[in-house]
Amino acid sequence: MFTLEARATQSAYASWLSPLLALALTAITGAMIFLAMGKAPGVALYIYFVEPLTSWSGLSEVAVKAGPLILIGMGLSLGFRAGVWNIGAEGQFIAGALLGSAPAVYFFESTNPLILPCMMLLGILGGMAWAAMPALLKTRFNANEILVSLMLVYVAELLLVHLVQGPWRNPQGWGFPGTRMFPDAALLPTFFPGYRVHLGTLIAVLIPFVAWFVLTRTRFGFQVRVFGSAPLAARHAGIGSTQMVWATLLVGGGLAGLAGVLEAASTIGQLMPKISPGYGFTAIIVAFLGRLHPVGVLLAGATIAVTYIGGESAQISAGLPKAVTGLFQGIILFYLLAFDLLTRYRLTRVSARGNAA
Amino acid sequence: MTELLIASIMTMMTAATPLVFAATGELVAERSGVLNLGVEGMMLTGAVFGFAAVTLTGEPLIGLAAAIVMGALASMIFGVLTLSLLSNQVATGLALTIFGTGLSALVGLDYVGKTIEQIRAIHLPILTDLPIVGRLLFGHDPLVYVSIALLGATHWFLKHTRWGMILRAVGDSDQSAHAIGYPVIAIRYAAVAFGGAMAGLGGAYLSLVYTPLWAENMTAGRGWIALALVVFASWRPSRVLLGAVLFGGITILQLNAQAAGLGIPASFMSMLPYIATIVVLVLISRDSTRIRLNAPACLGKPFRAER
Repeated sequence: MFTLEARATQSAYASWLSPLLALALTAITGAMIFLAMGKAPGVALYIYFVEPLTSWSGLSEVAVKAGPLILIGMGLSLGFRAGVWNIGAEGQFIAGALLGSAPAVYFFESTNPLILPCMMLLGILGGMAWAAMPALLKTRFNANEILVSLMLVYVAELLLVHLVQGPWRNPQGWGFPGTRMFPDAALLPTFFPGYRVHLGTLIAVLIPFVAWFVLTRTRFGFQVRVFGSAPLAARHAGIGSTQMVWATLLVGGGLAGLAGVLEAASTIGQLMPKISPGYGFTAIIVAFLGRLHPVGVLLAGATIAVTYIGGESAQISAGLPKAVTGLFQGIILFYLLAFDLLTRYRLTRVSARGNAA
Repeated sequence: MTELLIASIMTMMTAATPLVFAATGELVAERSGVLNLGVEGMMLTGAVFGFAAVTLTGEPLIGLAAAIVMGALASMIFGVLTLSLLSNQVATGLALTIFGTGLSALVGLDYVGKTIEQIRAIHLPILTDLPIVGRLLFGHDPLVYVSIALLGATHWFLKHTRWGMILRAVGDSDQSAHAIGYPVIAIRYAAVAFGGAMAGLGGAYLSLVYTPLWAENMTAGRGWIALALVVFASWRPSRVLLGAVLFGGITILQLNAQAAGLGIPASFMSMLPYIATIVVLVLISRDSTRIRLNAPACLGKPFRAER
């Protein structure tokens, strides 16, 4: 017989072990799913988890996909640490892409190099504005930020559809929904000819280090950590929950908005009715898989990106449906949450006749 | 004019019914102290398995049974994680929604574009043919009546039965309930399973009656709206119906306005249910004392028997 015994402090060792265990078990579960679907599990797993890493173009694609996941996941992890459940990052991503793309849509012949920094700034503001709504309604009216931020995802999606079908539609686009292609000045520079990895990817890699610095070396970072682990102590130390809700939502929204405009100004190069394969939701998994830690988020973003790219090539080469990727993401999170038990509790053996004590 | 009004009310009920199912189930889970944010995922699971079962067998009852069973099974993943392994309920609920979305998309691949025999409205001789009230009272599809009956039964169960009172006690004070000797975890498992079954049924209503077809992500946020409805209802079953009908009304208003061509872009009209949800949440939550008084005291908190 085993019983659970609460640990005095969370085990750091178990905390980093559980994502690895979760990934390993997801791979095993994946193999069984492939088997059930009548596919060779070894081949399918190779396509999903290894093949994207075996070529330069695969690595470049993984980096491009990881960018938004890292940016959004980083912002979300700050909020989750403080117990602020912003799950509407998908909407903030879209809002950032919308506002950030406005200069490229209205000045479609611009060659001014300042247009890009201007777009990035607007993208951040767009995401912040979208996140400000749940922050305001939470702090002012006590409305649940989970539900408000999520409802706003649908509003943002519909707003995007409206703009690209209506006022922002490309007049030379044969009636297809979508804006004009952005001018070259409004596109992020790429680093290597032939590969899509771009400036936005670099920004995404750098942000976690900035966040790490902020978390460990600044007053604000300290407040976030205290607020998440000991809300009562935080209140005594004068850290208000209102200011924490605002701060984490604005930072999270800003980073999601930045991710949105970076995506629009790079791989897509225009606005379309659908600009995100669910980055905002997948980033929730990235944040948890990365243990809400900046470096962890970086690694987790890259890992999840591998399965995205693997999922795409599996669709083409092995005829495996893309939906499998979404299923995997859910399973990873399930396993992770199950193993988290071990960070907080210790399994101890109890003698058959009763309590050891 | 009367005809249009009757038709509108009839459609309003069909729009409200999936919300009644899902919100009633979630209400019971929350009254036992468990916050399951996986409603959207469980609805999608119910929708796809219900549709698949009807496509394969042609039997609507088998479809509904499949939806109930699969919804409950999906909720048990959440149950094991949060109740036995003490994981965070918010995170686990989100995981369930992500999982359910992926699973339903995968299972549903073979069923996109397939058609089935819709579950039809009932027709009682004489009664349904009565002017005006005939159809309003006796002309809905059977599941509308089932949803209202289940809602009434839930109200009665929670308020007037011994086990209903125990369930509420578990949600309001798990440690005391445990100390008296009630099986806190078992009761929560049962409540979560009921929530899953009802969400599955709500999803199946969408794919078997409302549309009737399968499309990826077809719930379009209704699971989340159901969660908001529970808050709106202040955790009381009697007010779930009012909230659901209100949202059904907004859906119909939006559809009618689009058809009437008021010049408001369709996308903006489609935003209405989501914006209405936010507005309602704000109006209800504004009074934080009332929320505190009505919400189950142990909502969202993990329970572990100390001895």
